[in-house]
Amino acid sequence: MVGKGNPWVISGFLLVVFLLAWHLFTLRPSFDPRGLTEEQLQLMEFNGDIIRLEDGTYVWNPDKEKVKGIPGPLAVLEKARTELAEAFVKKGTNDHGIGYLVIYTVSRFAGGFLAASVVAIVLGVVLGLNRVLFRAINPYIQILKPISPLAWMPLLLYTVKDPKWTAVLVVFMASLWPTLATTAFGVNSLKKEYLHVAAILQLSWFKRLFKVILPGAAPTIVNGLRISFGSALVAVVPAEMLLGELGVGYLSWIEWNNLDIAGVIFAILVVGVVGVILDSGFNKLAGSVTYQE
Amino acid sequence: MAFLEVDHVSKYFPSPSGIGQVCIFKDVTIRVEKGEFVTVIGHSGCGKSTLLNIIAGLEPMTEGGVILNGKEISGPGLDRMVVFQSFALMPWMTVFDNIALAVRSAYPEWDRGRVAAHVRKYVALVGLTGAENKKPAALSGGMKQRVGLARAFSIEPKVLLLDEPFAQIDALTRGVIQEELIQMWNATRNTVFMVTHDVDEAILLSDRIMLMTNGPASRIAEIVDVTIPRPRARSTIIEHPHYYKIRNHIIHFLVRHAARGPDGREEGSLDRAAGAEPLVVNFEKDSLVLR
Repeated sequence: MVGKGNPWVISGFLLVVFLLAWHLFTLRPSFDPRGLTEEQLQLMEFNGDIIRLEDGTYVWNPDKEKVKGIPGPLAVLEKARTELAEAFVKKGTNDHGIGYLVIYTVSRFAGGFLAASVVAIVLGVVLGLNRVLFRAINPYIQILKPISPLAWMPLLLYTVKDPKWTAVLVVFMASLWPTLATTAFGVNSLKKEYLHVAAILQLSWFKRLFKVILPGAAPTIVNGLRISFGSALVAVVPAEMLLGELGVGYLSWIEWNNLDIAGVIFAILVVGVVGVILDSGFNKLAGSVTYQE
Repeated sequence: MAFLEVDHVSKYFPSPSGIGQVCIFKDVTIRVEKGEFVTVIGHSGCGKSTLLNIIAGLEPMTEGGVILNGKEISGPGLDRMVVFQSFALMPWMTVFDNIALAVRSAYPEWDRGRVAAHVRKYVALVGLTGAENKKPAALSGGMKQRVGLARAFSIEPKVLLLDEPFAQIDALTRGVIQEELIQMWNATRNTVFMVTHDVDEAILLSDRIMLMTNGPASRIAEIVDVTIPRPRARSTIIEHPHYYKIRNHIIHFLVRHAARGPDGREEGSLDRAAGAEPLVVNFEKDSLVLR
């Protein structure tokens, strides 16, 4: 390995540089009334661009400021603080605290992903054990696999007539194919010797499945789950946006509708954080089932 | 009738071109007595591992039959345990679990404690006490095959099938494990059928060595009686007057059958008719005897 030093120091340094640059680029000069007539100033005040303070000077209107250009890091931080302070407050049917939104998204994601994983692994094992069946079904998998899960959405919405379940099904479609394809491959390419040992020891099909086939194919299956996991995480955000289902993806869209760009940036960061937390949980699970040859 | 009989077994594979079949071996007949250690030696690709897999019931034969203890075999079973060249230990299980899986299958009526005691006995027999809870990835090749041997012996099969068991182990360790195998075999007097291409290994371990010609359409051409009394040890066996006679005889056979003339015929082979009984070579009687 080349390179010395603490990577965290470098990470921290890069963050500081980025935040500083962000701050400087989004900094706007304070309102300069020079060169403007009293009439022009009154018109601007009337339009709400500026406001007149008690001492008779003018400053930019902070409310209108929000939608001019990209907000700086301080504005986003301020937004984050207010949002996190009311994380578990429900202000109205469509205005739930960020804590609730995260829970909605995670449960929607987990439901679709787990259901798809179970279906995909069961089907994958069946296909992996039967070469003829695998070759019969494989063309369909190949056609269905590259379809964006969002492309299914209108059809799913039309069929189930419920945006809540449609969002779950979009996640389901996103996480089905990679797991199915890799499970079939993993079971199919399991070392012949393992199956030979199982055959000589006359293991029952149940033992054969749970003691030999599934643990043997587990590393490959987990790789498939990892791909599914990523694509499901990518699919859940636009699904919420398009369906208007409360969640962190929806938050980003609703903040855009409110023209609250700081809110949009905050929502993006929340999506990132949720992804990291789910991913680290997944890695723990993956580590427990993989083995070394 | 012998304990294990391979009776006129032939094996054909579909040819790569798709037209017709390729004969791997034809009319192979082997008789193994109870408690005997028999080895088949031949070049890679002569079909010796296929033959072993057929006896194990892992591969179907095209013609003939295999009879064990008076019963024809039909598929794999606990009475014929294989020790694999690639060890075939489940890498996701510990040493203990690998052996326990076999023991539980062979003795389903045993309780947990009895299984554990049995497993520990065989772990100790191969000198791996203390490594029970290690995964195979943490073991050297030699230790892995010790586990493979412990697993095979632990279910006390009628026939032990060794498929080039030491081919993937470094030369120094190989000798040590071969002697351990001798000790285990002395203790149990199992019937063993081994396949190898290591001449010294075959002489050290076997009662009889079957020499297989090159494929396709290979056959067992000669049977060499290893006329060296047991117990044998690697350090003393080479001093026996028959050792180099047997070794040279086998190596000459293997070299002769490796070289093929331009017409595809084996150069200098005895060219005996296919289906003929193999030649029996016994240096005690100091003669080549047709059985």
